[in-house]
This record gives sequence, C-alpha cells and structure tokens, in this order.
Amino acid sequence: MASIDLQNITKIFRDAKRKRDLLAIDNVSLSVEKNEFLCLLGSSGCGKSTLLNMIAGFEKPTEGTVTVGGKPVDGPGADRGMVFQQANLMPWLPVWENVAFHLRLKGWRKADRRDAAQEYIDMVGLRGFENHFPAELSGGMSQRVGIARALLLNPQVILMDEPFAALDAQTKMDMQEELVAIWQKQRCTVVFVTHSVDEALVLGTRVAVMTSRPGRIRELIALDLPRPRDTTGPRFNDHKRHILNLIREEGMQQRQAAVA
Amino acid sequence: MTALSKSWERAVVPLFILAAWEVFSRSGFLPAALLPAPSVVLHTWGDWIFGFDETSQGNTGRWFADALSSATRVAAGYGIAVVSGVLLGIAIGWWRWVERTVEPTIQMLRPVPPVSWIPLAIIWFGIANKPAIFLVFLGAFFPILMNTIHGVKTADRNLIRAASMMGATEQQLLRHVVFPAALPSIFAGLRIGIGAAWMLTVTAEMVAVKSGLGYVLWDSYYFLRYDLVLAAMASIGLLGYATDALIKVLMSAALHWQHGSTLQSREG
Repeated sequence: MASIDLQNITKIFRDAKRKRDLLAIDNVSLSVEKNEFLCLLGSSGCGKSTLLNMIAGFEKPTEGTVTVGGKPVDGPGADRGMVFQQANLMPWLPVWENVAFHLRLKGWRKADRRDAAQEYIDMVGLRGFENHFPAELSGGMSQRVGIARALLLNPQVILMDEPFAALDAQTKMDMQEELVAIWQKQRCTVVFVTHSVDEALVLGTRVAVMTSRPGRIRELIALDLPRPRDTTGPRFNDHKRHILNLIREEGMQQRQAAVA
Repeated sequence: MTALSKSWERAVVPLFILAAWEVFSRSGFLPAALLPAPSVVLHTWGDWIFGFDETSQGNTGRWFADALSSATRVAAGYGIAVVSGVLLGIAIGWWRWVERTVEPTIQMLRPVPPVSWIPLAIIWFGIANKPAIFLVFLGAFFPILMNTIHGVKTADRNLIRAASMMGATEQQLLRHVVFPAALPSIFAGLRIGIGAAWMLTVTAEMVAVKSGLGYVLWDSYYFLRYDLVLAAMASIGLLGYATDALIKVLMSAALHWQHGSTLQSREG
C-alpha cells in the first residue's frame, strides 16, 4: 500500500476580490511509496506548496482525494510532520521545549519531555543549545530545531516545504547531507518541495517535475544514483540536463501561450 | 555606566523641580497657604504617615490605612478587569462570531468616560467600596481588552499552523500558542490599565467614598489644607509608580524570551 496517495486532485482558488477563479492544480494523481524520498520540483507559483499543504491537511482539494497510510486526510495531524520554509518556532519556548512541543500538548511531565527531546536534539546536532531561545539561533539552527520537532512526532511521513531555501550555500549542503542521513536511519517517507534542480537531484529517490499554471506533473523521474551523490558526475548531469530541458520547454510554451 | 550614576540620572529632574518650587514658595510671590513649599508638604506628609505632631490634624498617623483602602479598591477593580478583559479579548480576537455579536456593543460603551458612570454607580452600589471598584474596573477594562484583541489578531498564523501540525486542539492552540503570542500586547494593556485604575479610584473617592487617599485630598481642599492636598497627590503618584514598576518586573519575567530581539530588551 502506498504511503501517500493523491487521486485526481484539482484545486481552484476563488479570488473573491477580482471575481475570478484560479486553477492552481489540474487533475494531479501521484503515489508515494513507503520510505520513498520524493522531491516536488517546480518554479514558484506552480502549486507544489499547495499540493504539500493538502497532504498536511492545511488546505482541501476542490476535487479528488488525499489519503495517507490508507486514511483520508481531513485536517492537520501529528501523523504527518511538517518542516516549514521559515522554522516557525514558538519564540517564548527554549529549543528543547520547541522540540518537545507535541509532548507538552499530550500532557507529558517536564522531566519526561526533556529526556525525549534530547535524542532528537542530538540527532540534528544541537547539543549544547537546548536552553537557547529561537531569537538567539541562526537560520540553519532554527531549521534544525524545526526538523527535530517534526522527527519527534515519529510520523509516517515528513513534509518539507523548501526548508533550506533561506540558508547560505554551505549550510544548505551540510543540512542536505544530514537530512539524507536521518532519512536513511529513520526509514520514513519524505515529500520535499523545492525549486532547485540540484537540491532535488541530491536528495530524492524520485523527482516529480511540475509545470505551472495550472500545476500538473510533467514527468516523474526515478533516480538510481548512489549516495552520497556526486554532483559533478556524468549521470547526475544527464538528469540535470534532462530536467532543465523540461523546464525550458515549459517556459517557452508559456510565453507562446501568453503571446497568443 | 555604573548603577550609582544611573540612579543619579533619575533623580536630576525631580530634585531640580523641588528646589525651584521651594525657592518660589518662599519668595512670597503667592500666599504660602496656596502653594506650600515642598519642605512644608513633606512635614505634613510625615505626620500623616507617622503621626508625630498632628500637623495633619485628624489624619495624623492614618496614611497607611488610607493608602491601603485605595490600594484595595485598585486591586479589586483591576483584578476583575484583568481576568475579564483578557478572557473576553481572546474570545473576540479568536472567534469571528463573538466579535460580530459582542464587539459593536463594547465599542459603543468604550468612548463613554468612566467618570460619567458615577451617578449610576452611586445609585446601584451606594456610598462605599463597590462604586469605586466598579469605576476602577471600567477604567482598566477597555485598554486591557483592546490590547488583548490586538495581540490575538496579530498572532503569527504560521505558529498556529505549526501547532496544529503537532496535533493541537483548539483549546490547546489558545492556551499554548495564542495566549503566549498575545502576551507582549496584553502587558501593554496592563500598564495602561493600571494608570487608569489609580485615576479612577481617586476620582471615586472624591465623590462616592468616605475613605482613601482621594477622600483625604478632597476633604483637605474643603479645609484649605493645600499641603495635605499636595501630600495626597504625591502619595497617589508614588503608589501608581510602584504598581507600574511591579507590572514591569512581571513583564520582564514573563517576556524574558524577547531578550536581545527587541528594542525594549535593551532596558536595564
């Protein structure tokens, strides 16, 4: 059984102010297998985040069904951990309380929460920063807290919405490596939204290339490259050339459509 | 800067005003009874507090009792205003239907000066603590309410998303996300509210109560004891300052997480 199943998803945004409907996603079907690392790749505005938000339960499809682990999604829940583009940490809680926020909601005692948080804090390499407040952390550290917080849910799937987009190149590379290591260790399903071809190729077991307005899946590409991925190797570059060509074609068609 | 020179900074302006006032009163430009010198006021105030030579006549040695009855009214009215203002503010800020049904009424009552409720307050509650507590409540309630609503409405939607991703129920969202997110704004309301509370307790005591600092102030005016009037004014100012300082201490303890991320956190 697939871990995540999207069937004939269509999303129309109603723009009440301009009295116009926007077709954001047009009849997308997609299955994500257990332990897969799927990258949703597309330019900004192509609906990839909308698709992710529907899996998370923040948005509902206009038509079609989303199921996770065989159960239809009808709202956000702790079975799906999400890592946001901004870390979205509670600024009034120290790092360890942010990581263990889920346990606070479940009414765990403080000492137990603290113990449980430590494992995930260590996993993302933040030992020593347990009592820091979000305002005292760098962007990369905040995202690590966000990842630890999602991992502590021990979710079936982890949804990531361009979590490394705001980080500098070096930090981004380190975080990507660590994320792959964590994914290999935890054996969970990841759906990772990105607009970077390189990032998709470094991380994914499959890449779904999306077209924009309306959002459709142009091509699903399975990556059987060995890890750690050699970003300068010929096979990596073959994939990259292929995807860039898809994106270029897409852009040309859009421009032609705009002219016509 | 050292702590000593900082406290010296605070004292410069008040000391200068006191010195100028002392010189002005003793110059004989105005009759001494109309503008008593600070030294005279201090003497009378001292007798009011400690009762050493009965310069404050019937009030001698009664300051603590007077201050306590004013402070009790402030505490009661303010306490009711804090609880009801914060709870109602969260409800109005969070649920649209509460906002639609309750807010228009509240916005109509808000511009009515609390003082104009005095006649009704006396009819309803008589001459005692209750009308004063009612007025204090009215004065403190609206700033606390408005600031709470503002704090809830400006809470970061992404934090609410993050918490619901972790399985928070609506009640948990309110308690663990919305309330702490609104806290900086709530404290702003608490500080405005405490000022209004002192203002109204004194006003109420002038009209509707027969005890407290405001009563002494108004009573002394009838007996032309401007030294006592000034001592009462100074007492009110000092107590208001002390309660505000207390709220500031509570605030910096509750909002310590803002440390280093806001302008306010630079304050010593």
